[in-house]
Amino acid sequence: MPQYSLDHLDQLEAEAIYILRETAAQFQNPALLFSGGKDSIVMAHLAAKAFWPAKIPFPLLHVDTGHNFTETLEYRDAFVEKIGARLVVGLVQDSIEKGRVKEEKGPFASRNKLQTVTLLDTIEEQKYDACLGGGRRDEEKARAKERFFSHRDEFGQWDPKNQRPELWNLFNGKYHPGEHFRVFPLSNFTEMDVWMYIKREEIELPSLYFAHERDVFSRNGSFLAVSDFVPMLDTEQAERLTVRFRTIGDITCTGAVESSASNLDEVIAEVAAARQTERGTRSDDKRSETAMEDRKREGYF
Amino acid sequence: MDLLRFATAGSVDDGKSTLIGRLLYDSKSIFEDQLLAVEESSRRRGDGVVNLALLTDGLKAEREQGITIDVAYRYFATPRRKFIIADTPGHIQYTRNMVTGASTADLAIILVDARKGVIEQTKRHSFVSNLLRIRHLVLAVNKMDLVDFSEDVFKNIVAQFHEFASRLDNVADITAIPLSALNGDNVVEKSAAMPWYEGSSLLYHLETVYTGGTSNHVDARFPVQWIIRPLSNEWHDFRGYAGRVSGGVFKPGDAVTVLPSGFTTKVKKIYMPGGKELNEAFPPQSVVMTLENEIDISRGDMLVKANNPPVSSQDIEAMVCWFSQKPMEPRGKYLVRHTTKEAKAIVQELRYQVDIETLHKKEGVTSLAMNEIGRITLRSASPLFHDSYRRNRSTGSFVLVDPGTHETVAAGMVV
Repeated sequence: MPQYSLDHLDQLEAEAIYILRETAAQFQNPALLFSGGKDSIVMAHLAAKAFWPAKIPFPLLHVDTGHNFTETLEYRDAFVEKIGARLVVGLVQDSIEKGRVKEEKGPFASRNKLQTVTLLDTIEEQKYDACLGGGRRDEEKARAKERFFSHRDEFGQWDPKNQRPELWNLFNGKYHPGEHFRVFPLSNFTEMDVWMYIKREEIELPSLYFAHERDVFSRNGSFLAVSDFVPMLDTEQAERLTVRFRTIGDITCTGAVESSASNLDEVIAEVAAARQTERGTRSDDKRSETAMEDRKREGYF
Repeated sequence: MDLLRFATAGSVDDGKSTLIGRLLYDSKSIFEDQLLAVEESSRRRGDGVVNLALLTDGLKAEREQGITIDVAYRYFATPRRKFIIADTPGHIQYTRNMVTGASTADLAIILVDARKGVIEQTKRHSFVSNLLRIRHLVLAVNKMDLVDFSEDVFKNIVAQFHEFASRLDNVADITAIPLSALNGDNVVEKSAAMPWYEGSSLLYHLETVYTGGTSNHVDARFPVQWIIRPLSNEWHDFRGYAGRVSGGVFKPGDAVTVLPSGFTTKVKKIYMPGGKELNEAFPPQSVVMTLENEIDISRGDMLVKANNPPVSSQDIEAMVCWFSQKPMEPRGKYLVRHTTKEAKAIVQELRYQVDIETLHKKEGVTSLAMNEIGRITLRSASPLFHDSYRRNRSTGSFVLVDPGTHETVAAGMVV
């Protein structure tokens, strides 16, 4: 009797592929949210596999704050070219110029919150009815309650107390005009699973994830990159350290950690030994105890 | 690595959050910044002790009201296994959430307070686990420290539970473990306080219990999810059927029948996502199949082995759990979602309701309210290719959707 069993990465992959295909089948006009971070890279890699030998039947959407690491943009363009996907970019700068949002002021200013407006405007303009996100349930306590198929009302809002029950392999993507869905194929991956999967699939990552020398300064317990986008306070001092990033988002709110992990095995060893969550370096989560839920309710990723 | 999905049932009062908190903490799945945040919140709320429930109760309303509203999924791993916990709330909308959490679980932990023993809630939890066909139960008798780690108390509870559990026809095994989640007795390490207990600790049991999964490896079922047609020069004539194997084993060369058309052909090739060719495909793999003949096949159709078809019918007998605030309407019209198919459906008849306190059948009822369970006859507008839920969790399950609000209003299991 042969053993018909799958190891955990195969099970997680099969589930994510199922969700990606289900999204293509149930929605008219989906898009995959691509930030250049490792989770969205893994999701796009899975999408390329899910529809092989055809191309991904939906575009990749990058909501661009304009405050990027140059490495992210270079990586994005090369990656999109390699998998033969179509890229759509929504610019926060456009939202600012149109007067849709007001730029935050001061040294702690971030465009993180403004992204939500740009995202919702782009969804409306392009008439997307489903946006695939790389969010994982292990990331944050509000995300632990997120569905695979997560309903958003006509204002793009999430109502966590009134979510559709999700059972077995059955996903309900029905919506009324103006509403849309966020879909999270990586829901059951943990940070470690993502890294193990990257290793197994030999997925190339932006160099930011590996140890490199960089001018940084310390703020709120993490290191921010010195850049034109983040004014330093008088009390803050730049120093050159060997660092890497555990998550990659907007340059203004993504903190680095000191690390000498310069390849995938070393990063995995570091993740396994880590005593801080990867989002521990994200200042956008530290604004309040329920910062993530608050942003998600408004329509954040 | 092996993966075990389990559900936990019980209320905060039974120490469920403490138990989960301990499993996560002792397996180093809680990070320092998470723990610091919880300590900080506990202090601000004046909880006295570090309230581990705050780790799992992430929503604002849950933190304000001190209750769990929704199923939360938790993850931890040991060198032996990876675990996904579906943590279901004890009180509010209990049945709905437990059914949801249990639908993907291989094992359920039923938590009992040693001072209270087997109560109605324990029976409800066990009934739902059994209904959802969870084959392996752990009876976790918690708060043993409050009954002086008494062997007699434990034995009594186990006896009470077994008497009741003889009616749970889907349960293959029940493992009873005496523990104290607060102090960690028998959670990760065997406790010195209960030398009379010869079994293993809870974590060791979870790491080593053989579940064999819940998949059916006998009856070949492949619901077609999506058609892949690249229309590129390189793959000009390629026509692949993408989907997840829902039962049995498929191999290239197998004779298959396409439902509903009834055409028979052979499997040409089976591909993994990304294109690697497979010699065989089994649940829960997501694959792409090509066939020898060009046949008109669309989403919602099913490939099966010619000599072993599922039931194909418009009339289905099922147990349903009602989820919506709006009660089930007699002869109500809904959409049924079953495998990759959707059809209009009507509730023909509500045969009886199960009283989940007493497990008695109540006949003569005309409607089901939220969290109630009953047996119905459903008629769908087109035939559904199904097996009994007992035989196949995937082809034997469905949900009902309200065509007006689009809410998922019920979960069903084919009898």
